[in-house]
Amino acid sequence: MPPEFSVRVGQALDNERLRRNIRRTMDGLVAKRRQAFPDTHELTVLRRRGKLIRGQALANLPDLLLELEANCERNGIQVHWAETAAEGNALVLDLLRRQGARRVIKGKSMVSEEMGLNHYLEAQGIQAVETDLGEFILQLAGERPSHIIAPAIHKDRGEIAALFAAHFPEYPHTEDIEGLTAIARRIMREHFGQAVAGLSGVNFAIAESGTLCLVENEGNGRLCTTAPDIHIAVCGIEKVIARLDQLPPLLTLLTRSATGQPITTYVNLISGPRREGERDGPREVHLVLLDNGRSRIHRDQQLRATLRCIRCGACMNHCPVYSRLGGHAYGTVYPGPIGSVLEPQLQGLDRQGELAEASSLCGACGEVCPVRIPLPGLLRRLRAEGVGDGPDAGVPGQGSRRKVLHRLIWSLWRQAHAHPPLYWLMTRLATRLRRLLPIGLGPWARTRTPPVIAPRSLHELARAEGFAHE
Amino acid sequence: MPHSARVYFFGTCLIDLIFPQAGLAAMRLLRREGLEVIFPQGQTCCGQPAYNSGYDAAARAVARQQLATFPEDYPILVPSASCAGMMKVQYPKLFAGTADEERALHLAARVHELTDYLARVLDWRRPDLGPPLKVVLHHSCSARREMGVSGAAADLLARLANLEVVEPDHTHECCGFGGTFAVKQPEISAAMAADKAAAILATGARVLVGQDCGCLLNLGGTLAYGLTAKGLTASPRTPDPQAPVVKHIAELLWERTHAP
Repeated sequence: MPPEFSVRVGQALDNERLRRNIRRTMDGLVAKRRQAFPDTHELTVLRRRGKLIRGQALANLPDLLLELEANCERNGIQVHWAETAAEGNALVLDLLRRQGARRVIKGKSMVSEEMGLNHYLEAQGIQAVETDLGEFILQLAGERPSHIIAPAIHKDRGEIAALFAAHFPEYPHTEDIEGLTAIARRIMREHFGQAVAGLSGVNFAIAESGTLCLVENEGNGRLCTTAPDIHIAVCGIEKVIARLDQLPPLLTLLTRSATGQPITTYVNLISGPRREGERDGPREVHLVLLDNGRSRIHRDQQLRATLRCIRCGACMNHCPVYSRLGGHAYGTVYPGPIGSVLEPQLQGLDRQGELAEASSLCGACGEVCPVRIPLPGLLRRLRAEGVGDGPDAGVPGQGSRRKVLHRLIWSLWRQAHAHPPLYWLMTRLATRLRRLLPIGLGPWARTRTPPVIAPRSLHELARAEGFAHE
Repeated sequence: MPHSARVYFFGTCLIDLIFPQAGLAAMRLLRREGLEVIFPQGQTCCGQPAYNSGYDAAARAVARQQLATFPEDYPILVPSASCAGMMKVQYPKLFAGTADEERALHLAARVHELTDYLARVLDWRRPDLGPPLKVVLHHSCSARREMGVSGAAADLLARLANLEVVEPDHTHECCGFGGTFAVKQPEISAAMAADKAAAILATGARVLVGQDCGCLLNLGGTLAYGLTAKGLTASPRTPDPQAPVVKHIAELLWERTHAP
């Protein structure tokens, strides 16, 4: 069992190096995004469009998925459906075994993290090699990504240099970023040259043309999807969009929101395996479409907005909670505000419901989301589902966070505030007995001087100053 | 913009018990502008604490009491963007599809955050009678995002000639209050509050002013206690003698424009 959320929070907050690293990079990403959207009107229009495109796609999800399947197959991309992560893993394993692959090179894919694919393949005797630099570093460290687009953001260059020195003693020690990158490149090049199988995620799957879009900055994604004989793309079913002309607005929203880039260094549009007469490209392309709880989320009109996400990470970059904890404290594949909304729905409120509480509802996430997911509203909705006060959309673990003591407290609060005579009595007692009340108890006062109740309430002062009451 | 001669005042539960002088200052400010200020004694709390904790039924019961308390077609002025946001933005959602939906919409349409009403509707301007003073302005997230009125507080302060107004580093960031969040996730909340308090201290201002008493309760308590080790930039438990005093903006405006 991983430690409790509160334990991980304490560990993260006590780790000054971690906090410095996270804060520095988050501040940097926030500044880059701001510079990338100098025109607030353009941003408003783009976000509205992004929301519309993703919302329309979700409204027609079943039809679009069938259209995607048909057009992919026409292009020679073989489509597979996985209802659960286990099914997805088994499908990938089967494809690799048929190819006789002992090793698969991987581009960055959060869905493969969600599936736990690397561990699964490892247990089956197949080595998964991460080729995204950040993921490569984490594989050396035996860690999970702490951010969805910048997975090793919690590590500084000194830590990375130490990792490289421990794993690759044949190379001279360096803390120089270019030097470290050069080492990683030389190691990866060997894998790229030899690999028979490559695996990637998908940023957008375009239904009308059967095209898979994949953005990246390092070129490793292109190598993973073109150099080996077989390319397997794993993709959540929500990633589909209807038309190719909807891609440019989404791409510009994605890259500018994520890293402040007008466009990524590589934009891969994959529309099939090597054709007759072509000299390169994979001989087979497979698309594994993963549900893993998404259709259940899709059934609720409000919660469905969760699936609009294009995985830019802007919500976590701007989140005052994430920027103090980093991603590992969340204990989930997807951290930050979108993780706190998605993971309780995927894994259940009984297992991850506390994440919905890990927000002051400050609204920074909702303000920057490029597809305008109302993240604070969804967090609040999940809190209500957790205590059994929501509309009950079949979120797993619904009602599991209901506690007798909390029920009692809120019930007393309700009585006192729904009945003015009771409220007057209570506030009169509180103001008169203000020196005796144990208001300073509890976690609030561990870091704050407790508040002092006033000698007279505003109700009384207003009356005394002659303000009318109706 | 023409304004109504009669206005309701919703004092909020926090001001009622902890910061009543802020509510009183706000009502005096409004009365001095020629408004008849009505303070219905049946008001209690907007319901936000339960709402943000997911206890929708309790929130609805308490919110319904406010629906009954402000029946006439007068503007409802609220000296807190957070409570104003609850009533203006969240009530329509809370009561959607219920028998009270229409009343909730009728109330929501009349809710104004205090500084927004002062700056934009009343175009409040008074000569500054106070001595030169440096103040640090903290915007609540509700003012900035949910209500979109944070410019109003800055505008009002800019109209006082002897004030120097600054904002802390990372001014867009939440102070870590978040209502029940501060109790349910005390460590995260304390870390946020410590960073915000450190940024406020670094401005060297003698007064911290804001439009939401939740933030002021959190920051005032943190500043008075001294910053803790969980705050990245602070040493443990060293109350700073230079720490600013905390004031709701209505108090500051009243103090500096009122000849005793």
